Amino acid sequence: MTRWTPDPTFYPSPSQAATAPAEKLAYVAAFDRSASRPDAIAVLDTDPDSPDYGRVVGWTDLPHLGDEVHHFGWNACSSALCPTAPHPHVERRYLIVPGLRSSRIHVLDTQPDPRQPQVVKVIGPEELSKRAGYSRPHTVHCGPDGIYLSALGGADGAEGPGGIAILDHTTFDVRGAWEADRGPQFLAYDVWWHLTQDVLVTSEWGTPSMIEDGIIGELLLGRRYGHAIHFWDLAKRRHVQRVDLGDQYQMPLELRPAHDPRKSYGFVGVVISVEDLSASVWLWHRDGDAWAVTKVIDIPAEPADPADLPDLLKPFGAVPPLVTDIDLSVDDKFLYVSCWGTGELRQYDVSDPLHPVQTGSVHLGGIVRRTAHPSAPDEALAGGPQMVEVSRDGRRVYVSNSLYGSWDDQFYPDGVGAWLAKLDVDVDAGGLTPDERFFPHGEEFRGRRVHQTRLQGGDASSDSYCFP
Amino acid sequence: MTVRTLATLAALGAFHGLNPAMGWLFAVARGLQERDRAALLRALPPIAAGHLASVAIVAALVTATRSVTASTALAVVGGVLLVGFGLWRLLSERHFRWAGMRLSSAQLAGWSFLMSSAHGAGLMLLPVLVAEPVSGGHSGHLAAAPVGALTGLAAAGVHTVAMLGTALVVAVLVYQVLGVGVLRRAWFNVDRLWAGVLVAAGLVTLIRA
Repeated sequence: MTRWTPDPTFYPSPSQAATAPAEKLAYVAAFDRSASRPDAIAVLDTDPDSPDYGRVVGWTDLPHLGDEVHHFGWNACSSALCPTAPHPHVERRYLIVPGLRSSRIHVLDTQPDPRQPQVVKVIGPEELSKRAGYSRPHTVHCGPDGIYLSALGGADGAEGPGGIAILDHTTFDVRGAWEADRGPQFLAYDVWWHLTQDVLVTSEWGTPSMIEDGIIGELLLGRRYGHAIHFWDLAKRRHVQRVDLGDQYQMPLELRPAHDPRKSYGFVGVVISVEDLSASVWLWHRDGDAWAVTKVIDIPAEPADPADLPDLLKPFGAVPPLVTDIDLSVDDKFLYVSCWGTGELRQYDVSDPLHPVQTGSVHLGGIVRRTAHPSAPDEALAGGPQMVEVSRDGRRVYVSNSLYGSWDDQFYPDGVGAWLAKLDVDVDAGGLTPDERFFPHGEEFRGRRVHQTRLQGGDASSDSYCFP
Repeated sequence: MTVRTLATLAALGAFHGLNPAMGWLFAVARGLQERDRAALLRALPPIAAGHLASVAIVAALVTATRSVTASTALAVVGGVLLVGFGLWRLLSERHFRWAGMRLSSAQLAGWSFLMSSAHGAGLMLLPVLVAEPVSGGHSGHLAAAPVGALTGLAAAGVHTVAMLGTALVVAVLVYQVLGVGVLRRAWFNVDRLWAGVLVAAGLVTLIRA
């Protein structure tokens, strides 16, 4: 488990991470909506020189049914080089794969055969509940001293509060709840940090009952989903500040802090405004000693014929963009914004983070548009770019099309399908082009829906760096 | 203290200074975060002070409580402890963490103290201190304790100066010349070597006893 030399996939700084060799494999969370077959981790070949490029070349079924695998992550990453708890001789080797519905946590070993990860440990929901007081595990982050795992629900599936559980780096045992003082925080979703500044940030979705059977219109219009982000003292594990975006801005989900450890800003994507169905991206930044947020991107809803819309949207006669994921390139230059409702991936130059400039756009799928992929122009696509993963060198972007089982069914009632696309990036001028050779879809995923992608060796949303 | 003892203490100091986990890496991080070599230099003295405190406690205790009869018992117990601690460090997967990145000088010294203690930095000096010939005719009397403790503190001082010097050279070298990229290539697993040295020190102590 420990090496004599540092894991070669660890980098002290973002600029060095950007020089990393290109990933040869990608791991994709794939789940069975009917819960009649096991969820799986699918392994994709991402080596353009390989005869299997763009195809599923490995498959690991999980041992139980009904997990609904969602987000997952590596056991260790570049933060192992951080000076407070340095141990760069651990390996980036295990994938920590939580089941969002089952509350089970799986540990998969990607060695010795990276194409056939093996399940080496399953942590039952009772351990997460008993030791940390949480359920519905969601986001995984490899910290310098342990694995941080956010969870939406309280013990035994209680409505909350959600929070963060800490897993041991090497035994993967649940050590306990992270929070020493959670202040007013109750709802949970994503977690990330400004590691060198001892700052942790969390966002808000909803409690288990608010999400598991689909989005609840009355709760949404009643502005009951999350609409704030929280700042914490990472060292003292204490709540510091709650910043409210305004209750019309429902569901601030994905947090993407600048990778440069000297910078004190980050982006958060907001799914929907109940006033006009628009989506938005906000910047958090310092305001003296406190934190503030500023809306920097606004994406309006698109008018549509109610006949083309799912029941939930018929009364509005418009398609909401539904920004459900964002991702920031490792050099902090480009922000990618998923519009899962309208079926668009946007690229913004955020070199000046307060003033993003749109530099690229690709349409795929969408509630009304159903844009086809250029390699299969006759196949109308359902779903839209959802989870975005950016390679460490920023040249490749992977998008998958499923959001969350019951929500897929609401917005794409005729079936969301399963597809994953790779886009090539012009890193100088900006711009995105779908790779026609890379479009695994349909039966390739064995009837499962595809959610998050993780790249071999790490990616833009899985590593943190302590050196500039 | 003989020249050989002093040389050994200094060599162990250099070994401790070389270990990124003992503090120079923290100093480099400070320097880089603030883009200021002075920040790096300011971080090293508190780190050395914390290390000194950790080592001095062991050294003073050992040299002060030593007597002709006690020294054998001390050596045996110490040797067994060292081997055990070394093996535990070798086999343990647990990692030490006490604080965040933004520390005051006092907190930095405290961090260094705990880091050194948790790694058994003071224990590593045991074979050197135990082997040191008992000085004066009053050995065996408790009255000699303060004098003995002074010897121990002097030993810890020599050790710490060597530690600080090495850490300073490595930190400045990485900051000015090599860059943090060197961490990826040159950072061999000091923890394993460290544990091995602890075990070896324990065995030496036991054999001499």
